[in-house]
Order: sequence, then structure tokens, then C-alpha cells
Amino acid sequence: MSELTAWERQLLVREKTRPTVNDYIPLIFDEFYELHGDRLYGDDAAIMGGIGRIDDQPVTILAEVKGRDLNENKKTNFAMPHPEGYRKALRLAKQAEKFHRPVVCFIDTPGAFCGIEAEERGQGEAIARNIMEFMRLKTPVISVVLGEGGSGGALALGVCDKLGMLENALYSVISPRGCASILWKDASREHEACDVLHITAEDMVKFGVAEGIIEEPNGSAEHDVYKTAENIKDFLVDSLKENLRKDIDILLEQRYTKFRKIGEFTE
Amino acid sequence: MSNIFNVVSKRFNSGSSEPENKNNVKNNIPDNLFFKCPRCRTVVPRYTYRDVNRVCPNCNYHGRLTAQQRIALTVDKGSFREIDGGMMSRDPIDFPDYTKKQQALRESTGLKDAIITGEARIRRIPVMIGVMDTRYMMASMGSVVGEKITRTIETATRKKMPVIMFTASGGARMQEGIVSLMQMAKTSGAVAKHNEAGQLYITVLTDPTTGGVTASFASLGDIIIAEPKVLVGFAGRRVIEGTIKQRLPDDFQLAEFLLDKGFVDMIVERKRMRSVLSHLMTLHGYKKIED
Repeated sequence: MSELTAWERQLLVREKTRPTVNDYIPLIFDEFYELHGDRLYGDDAAIMGGIGRIDDQPVTILAEVKGRDLNENKKTNFAMPHPEGYRKALRLAKQAEKFHRPVVCFIDTPGAFCGIEAEERGQGEAIARNIMEFMRLKTPVISVVLGEGGSGGALALGVCDKLGMLENALYSVISPRGCASILWKDASREHEACDVLHITAEDMVKFGVAEGIIEEPNGSAEHDVYKTAENIKDFLVDSLKENLRKDIDILLEQRYTKFRKIGEFTE
Repeated sequence: MSNIFNVVSKRFNSGSSEPENKNNVKNNIPDNLFFKCPRCRTVVPRYTYRDVNRVCPNCNYHGRLTAQQRIALTVDKGSFREIDGGMMSRDPIDFPDYTKKQQALRESTGLKDAIITGEARIRRIPVMIGVMDTRYMMASMGSVVGEKITRTIETATRKKMPVIMFTASGGARMQEGIVSLMQMAKTSGAVAKHNEAGQLYITVLTDPTTGGVTASFASLGDIIIAEPKVLVGFAGRRVIEGTIKQRLPDDFQLAEFLLDKGFVDMIVERKRMRSVLSHLMTLHGYKKIED
């Protein structure tokens, strides 16, 4: 279990040296063919999609892509997707359903992009539709948060049968910075907001949002990307096996129930 | 006139007229006597504004209503039966001052949380309805809002009824952390099942509908209606302005903008809402109850 505070983890997952999905894919999957475009408007590099093979099982892969340098980040918009990214993800998820192929999602985003074009092309609608369609997608969906799980932008790939969190990965309803500026009118207090928001992997397991925590070797994925990839692969293979065995109606009912029961209230 | 004079005298007498200004006309008029339209900045007496159901007489901006006002305007008199009226949120992440803030709001608004749900009739057609109320933490969605919406839709699925959801929200409720985010999945899941059961789901976007609510059940209506000039968007205006470092046009993210971009089916004025809703339901085969 990570011994870092939430704030230390936040700094760690933002590090340039933190491995990204592009580092992991060749180590986890035997083959990978990238598929482009949403068939509606464009191709958003912030979300990569494709077909691959893991442990002899064909899967559809959807991933939010952080760049490893400034050039890559220019292309992938620092992993902040536009509506086209989410629509591409949905197109490929529907394709996976058609061919009875499970879906593997990698989440790593500060959040969905906030900009004029994103609003004009329906950022809210795109995320909403993904959430709804993934809830009823008739094939197993396994998601892993690699670094940042930023709000609705993460949830759009996070409606799944099983969610794994890398040990230091975070998942939050609002960026700690945003929270600090609303709560204390002072964005620089984001380190405090990190604790207040309860955003660690352990918190996610506690709230029933995640089912597994994936170990990072010696406390950080960057120490050994091979071993981290192996751990992610083990989680995926086990989760796929477990969920591929299930009757599809039972799978969907369990997926519905997973989210249905989250909420804390009195009557 | 006196305002102009004050500005002028202030300029010329620099500072000396300041204390006098403090006690002048402006501050002696209680704010709530007048309504200033947030769209066209026209000022009208509040009673005028109230008389026209909170619609700006100048630009037709449809202002915010309390949930009770909305219900009274929309459903048949005496037909509303509230469900889950006593549901209250816990404090899942021990957020600073959350419990205290809620207690204060419960006292000042009489609400238990940011939504009222129930069963009602509109022109004698039975319908499940939810109405959000911005007075309660900007109608943000936490456990209670998520659970009540989900139950409302699930009941409609079971009873083969239409759902009408009047949305307004600042988004997911930060104070409940990740639990709030998951309400987006929960409510959207309920919409999916209602969909599969072949039932009609209408969302009416009211001022303002933003964030996690736009990115979940609000955008999933079979038919999406918006009131004139209301604000609808995913990201906040200031957030976008901060990103692009320039001012956005005034009509950005207004209902008319969304209609133009293809994300709203129609803009309907408040006075026609009952009529439009009932006709749409009739067109989908829902029957009036005779009694």
C-alpha cells in the first residue's frame, strides 16, 4: 500500500517521468491495431482506441493518452478529450459489443477539455451518452486508472464491471485546485483539498467505486515499468476471466447494482 | 438622475462625498424590491416580475423558480404526490462545514435537499416528475439528488410511465466527493433501463443546467426542451474564459445557442409548457385519466 499522502500522489502522477498508456500497451498486449475517428467530426488523439490481444483474448482498448513530452502533449491535449474522443470511444465500444469482445479502458486525464469548441460540439452530451451506453453495453468492461481520474472526463470511460486503481492513482469529482478555489477562494491550497476530497485508491475501494488496487513496484510505477505493466496485466487477465464467464444479463445487472448502491443518505 | 449626479460629484470632489454616498438612495432600497435581469440587465419591480411568473418582460429570460413554484405551474392542481420527501444526505467524506451548511439551508429553504420528486398529472396524464431547486447548494447533485432521481425513473419504468425532469444544477456536489460523481452513472443507468422499457423521458433544461448534470441525465432525454435564455453547458464560463484568455460572447451557452448547435429539441416558454408536455405525452400514447 502506498505510504504517500494524497498530495504527494497528486504530484507523483503529474510527473513527466510517470509511465503513460503508450509505455504500457506494448508490454501488456501481444498485438495492437489503433483505430481512428468518431465517424462524425474528427479524430481526437486524447483518447486512443484500437483492437489488441491479451493472453490470447481479443479485446477493444480505449485509453486516455498523456503525452511523454510537449510535442506529444500538444497532440493529445494533455489527455483532455474533446467530445470526438468520447464519441470515438463509444463507437469502438459498440463495435466490441457486436463482436463479443470485452473492452479494456485506461483512465488518465485531468478532466474533459473545457473550451468553446468542446461546448459547441456537446461535451456534456458526449459524456452523458457514454455513461448511459456503457451501463448497458453487452460485453465485459474493465477499467484501470493509471494516474489522474478527473471527474466526468474519467467517468466516461469508467462505467465498468471492475475498476482497478494503480496504487498512487487518484479519482476525484473535482480537481483539488478547483475545490480549493471554491472552498477557500485560494487555489494554492490544493494540497489541503487533496486530503479533504478523499481521492486515493484506498478511498475508492472503501466507497465501492474500485475493486482492486494494483501495486506499483517500490512505491512508484516509474521505478519499474515492466513490473507495473505485469501487475496491470495480471489484474486485467483475472478480471476478464471472471467476467467473461458470466451470463450477459447477470453481468449487466451486477454492473447496474455496483453503481446503484453508491450513495449515503437517511430516510 | 441622482445616481448620475453622485458619480459626477464624486469625480470632482474626490473622496469628500464618499460617506454621504454610502447612505444615499441606492442603499436605502432593499435589494429584493427590484429584479435585475441577468441577461439584459433590465431592472423591474419584483412584483411585476413575480406576476409574469419570473420571466423578464424585456428579453424573455426565464428566471429561476423554486421547486414548489414549478410544480404549481406545471401539474394539475392537487395532483402532486411527493415521494422520498424525508431523504437527507449524510456526510460521506466529512467535508468541512457540510453538515452545518445543510442544516442552515434546510431551515432557510424548507427543503431537505436540492430536488423534489413525485407522481403527478399534467392535463390528467399521469407522470413521474422531478424538479431541482437552485436555492439548495446550487442544486448540486449528491447522494440524495442521485437517489431520488434514480427512484423516480425506476418507478416510472416499473409502472410504464413517462418521466419529466426539470433540471437545474451547478453540477456534481463537491462536498460528497467521489460519491457525487457516481450519481451520474447511477441516474444514467436508470434512464437506460427506462429507455429499454420503451417509455418516454423528457428533460426540461432550466436556469442554469451545468457540469455533471449536463453530463448525465439532463442530456439523455428522448426530447430535450429548454426555457428561453437559460444557461446550459458543461464547463463554467469563467473556466473557459480562463483557458482561452478572452471574453466569451453574451449568448454563449444560452438555450438558443444549444438549439443552434443541435443539442436541444425545442425552446418552450413557461406559459406553454403544460400544453406542450401534455401533447408530447399524448403523441406517445399516454392516456388521460378520466375521473
